[in-house]
Parts: sequence; C-alpha cells; structure tokens
Amino acid sequence: MEFFQDLMAYEFLQKAFITSIMVGIICGVIGSFIILRGMALMGDAISHAVLPGVAISYMLGINFFYGAVVTGVLTSLGIGAISQNSRIKNDSSIGIVFAAMFALGIILITSAQSAIDLTQILFGNVLSVRTSDVIVTLVVGVVVLLAVYLFYKELLVSSFDETMAAAYGLKVRMIHYGIMVLLTLVTVASLQTVGVVLVIAMLITPAATAYLLTNRLSTMIFLAAFFGAASSVIGLYVSFTYNLPSGPVIVLVATAIFAFMFLFSPKQGVVGRMLQSNRRKVA
Amino acid sequence: MSVIKRTVEFNHLTVSYYGNEVVRDVSCSFDTGNLIGIVGPNGAGKSTMMKAALGLIPKDDGHVEIAGEPIHRVRKEIAYVPQRNNIDWDFPILVKDVVLLGTYPHRGIFKRPRKKDREWAMQCLERVGMEDFCNRQIAELSGGQQQRVFLARALAQKADYFFLDEPFVGIDVGSEEVIIRILKQLRDQGKTIFVVHHDLSKVENYFDDLILINKELYGAGPVNKVFQPENMERCFKMRIGLPSSLGVEV
Ligand SMILES: Nc1ncnc2c1ncn2[C@@H]1O[C@H](COP(=O)(O)OP(=O)(O)OP(=O)(O)O)[C@@H](O)[C@H]1O
Ligand SMILES: [Mg+2]
Repeated sequence: MEFFQDLMAYEFLQKAFITSIMVGIICGVIGSFIILRGMALMGDAISHAVLPGVAISYMLGINFFYGAVVTGVLTSLGIGAISQNSRIKNDSSIGIVFAAMFALGIILITSAQSAIDLTQILFGNVLSVRTSDVIVTLVVGVVVLLAVYLFYKELLVSSFDETMAAAYGLKVRMIHYGIMVLLTLVTVASLQTVGVVLVIAMLITPAATAYLLTNRLSTMIFLAAFFGAASSVIGLYVSFTYNLPSGPVIVLVATAIFAFMFLFSPKQGVVGRMLQSNRRKVA
Repeated sequence: MSVIKRTVEFNHLTVSYYGNEVVRDVSCSFDTGNLIGIVGPNGAGKSTMMKAALGLIPKDDGHVEIAGEPIHRVRKEIAYVPQRNNIDWDFPILVKDVVLLGTYPHRGIFKRPRKKDREWAMQCLERVGMEDFCNRQIAELSGGQQQRVFLARALAQKADYFFLDEPFVGIDVGSEEVIIRILKQLRDQGKTIFVVHHDLSKVENYFDDLILINKELYGAGPVNKVFQPENMERCFKMRIGLPSSLGVEV
C-alpha cells in the first residue's frame, strides 16, 4: 500500500505511472499487427535503429524524439529497398540494416562524449521521466490509437489478405510504411519505460498472450492493450517496491501473464488440451 | 478484323521473374457473360498471368483492358480469389468477418461496415451453404468449406469480373459442385469469370471459353474449338488421351 501513498505523494511516480500505462496500451495495439503480419523481427530492428537518431538529436540539441523517428523510418525504407531490389530475403536484410544502425548508434553516443547514459537508453528508467516525455508519450498514444481506429478496416484486410487488398486497389505499400511509422513512434515512446533492448518484448508478449485467447482481431487488440497496461502497472509497482530496474521487471510480468495463459487459457491452453486428450483416451 | 472491342482484352502480356520470362506475348479477348478456363501444365504461368493481368505483380510489357478501361480504373468491379496457400489460416478472424471483407471495396475509407453489410454477407454465406459455420474461426473448416467461404467473399463484392486461381484443388466433390453451380449462375447473370483449372476431364463441362497456356498462348476461344487433341498435346508437350470421357488428370 505504500506504493499507492507514494503514488499520490510523488510527481515523478505519477509521471512514471501515466507513461508506462500508455506505453503498455500502445505496444499492445501495434504489437497485435506486428505479430499478425509476421513483422516481429522488424519490430526488433526498428527499436535498435532509433539509437543513432537519439545520439544525433543530442548533438543537435533537439528532443531525441525527432531524430529517433527519422532514423526509424529510414531503417524501414532501407530494409524494404534491399529486399525488393535483390534476392536477399526480408529477414536477412533486416539483420544487415539493423545491426549497422545499432553499431552506428553506439559509436555516435560514445564518441560524442555525451551526457546520454547508454544504459538508460538500452534498458530504460521510467522513474526518470520528465514532463516533456510524458507529453510526447501521450501525443504518440493519441496518434497511434486514432490511426488504428480510423484505418481499422484497411489494417484488418491488408493484414489478413494483402493480395485481396491490393487487388481492390488499397495502397498496401503505403499501409506497410504507415505501420512502420507507428511502430517507430511507439518504440520511441517506450524508450524510457523499457529501453531499446526490451521494447520488442512489450510489442510481442502482450499481443501474443491475447492471440491465445480470441478469434477476433478487435478483441485481440483490446486484450493486448489490457495485458500491456497491466504488465506496466504491476511491473512498476514491483520495481518500485523492491528497488529493481523497471524495464526488465515489466517485461517479466508480461512474460508471466503469457506463461499463465499459455498453460491455462480455455481454448489453446496446454494444460487444458492435455486434460482433454486424456479424457478422450479414457473414453 | 473486327474493330469492336471485346469486354476483356489481354494485349501482348509478357511477364518475367528476375529476367526469366514465364509469360510471353499473350494476347486474347473475351466477351461478357462467359465462364473462361485457364489451362496449362504445372509452372505454365497461369497464376502469373492472372496476377499480372490484375496488376498485382509488374509486367514487362503489354496491358489488359476491361470494358475499355485499364485495370486500375475498374479494380472495384473485380473479385480475385488467390490460390489457397497464401492465406494465414490462424489469423484471428471468423467466417462471417471474412465474407464481410468483400463489402470493403465499396465502403470508403474511414467508413465501417453497417448492419446491412453484415446481412448481405450472411446472404452470401447462405448462397454457398455455409451459414451454419459463420461463427467459426477459418482454420476450423475443411478445404472445400474454406474455398466456399472465399467464394462467398467474392460474391459479397458484387463484382462483374471474377478471377479464381485453382478453386477446385484439394476440395471435396460436394464443394466443387456448389462452386461450379454458383459460377454458372453468375455467368448466366452476365458476369465474366476466369478460372485457373487443372482437371482436364471437366473442361468441356465447366467452361464456355478456354485459354491454353504454357508460357506462350497455345489457343484461346470457345472450348469446342480450342479443346482439341492437337492443341492439348502441343501445349502439354506430351500425348494426352482425349476426349474428356477418359478423365485424364494432368
Ligand atoms: N515469385 C516468383 N519468383 C520467381 N519465380 C517464380 C515466382 N512465382 C512463380 N515463379 C516461376 O514462374 C513460373 C510460372 O509460375 P506460375 O505460378 O505462374 O505457374 P502456374 O501455371 O500457376 O503453376 P501451378 O499449376 O503449379 O499453379 C514457374 O516456373 C515458377 O517457378
Ligand atoms: Mg498457379
């Protein structure tokens, strides 16, 4: 209960609370599309590729948000360019581009002798969130949720059957790059909560948990947002109470929820299925 | 030579993958209200021709016109049912929602499907005899049932032109009968339907016109003219027991 008293008392904790809930929600929403479109690796790539953007922003003295978005989008364009114009498969071109961007980012950050704390960017520290970061996160959240709401129909059809979508005239390439932009925004917003290295877990794990539970995309998105937010809140509580790093704790909470559903979900649960097949054997 | 344009015209269609020509200079044309089979051996370029005609993959040369318009102007009047293997069957979507996708082309951006769209989707499901399965996830169906659902989605599009890639592969006899019956009904309503097809024994039964392709065109026109032993043997590069009463599978 001490946590809740502190939550009332300390502004820094309130900021952390709001940011991490928002991050949990938008990661769940975008993550749903990422796993259904088979873009998990892409998510990992973008999150690492924002690193040079953060460094360059720092050198220019602007909010790290702008640089991160630019390098994130450049990365997705670069990956697309390689896999479309050569026989190199998508996952390989992802590997080439994102490792290069990550390496570049590390060199820029260390050589700039900047005050940026590399550890903090890599692993996040939600308790150091400033007011301007809260605003960035909220704006990103609104943009992402609005975009998904408005283009839900197009996102659904192009994720399920891209060929049909293209056949009736949807601009499927534009939708793909639109998702990459949203993904970049979400990644940047998540930097302080879970950090570059662990963003992928927030994108994939809550959405995968939701995927186990439902046969409808709309339900999956709501459940993923819920699991994301719940992981953030519980994770923040645990990390604050036991003085553990926030990002890793949040990720482990999300993983625990996934593990629970994996074992016990009514439809896909491993335990349920084992019981069922036993019953069948007995009968 | 007639100057009157026919409804669907393929003009000098040429397509290649990485410099390798798989469809070469295919020209042919068809009238509305016909059921047209596309036949040729494995790897003949049937799927490629269909996809290139619909502008889904780039072509080297040639163009396709429908009702005198280039494809991109008539996209919404076209329903395309791809070969089964490029669908993610585990996608979280129910049968009725798959069919509802068919109403999307005529719903503008930002607009959600309405009640009457849902009702229309259900009617299309009933037409293919799948209404009892409307709340199933799509992986929980047999191959034939899945194909019927995708036909229902095409019906929901209220298209005038249908392009189906191997709709009869790997499905049960009952489903095949349902599908061909509906395709013939559509034809009788004046729709134009292209079907990539494998089973030569059914060709005369199913189609009005035939496209015979193996990279190049080996014949196009009314079935009784094109479906001749010498054409078939040239196209398939082997002796094929015709007539169809022999029921040859290739
Ligand atoms: N994406 C691709 N990249 C490279 N080559 C391809 C690609 N798709 C098809 N091909 C090749 O092009 C040729 C024509 O393929 P296509 O799929 O059009 O044949 P098809 O007549 O539809 O065959 P099937 O009866 O097996 O469906 C084949 O030799 C195939 O190997
Ligand atoms: Mg094919």
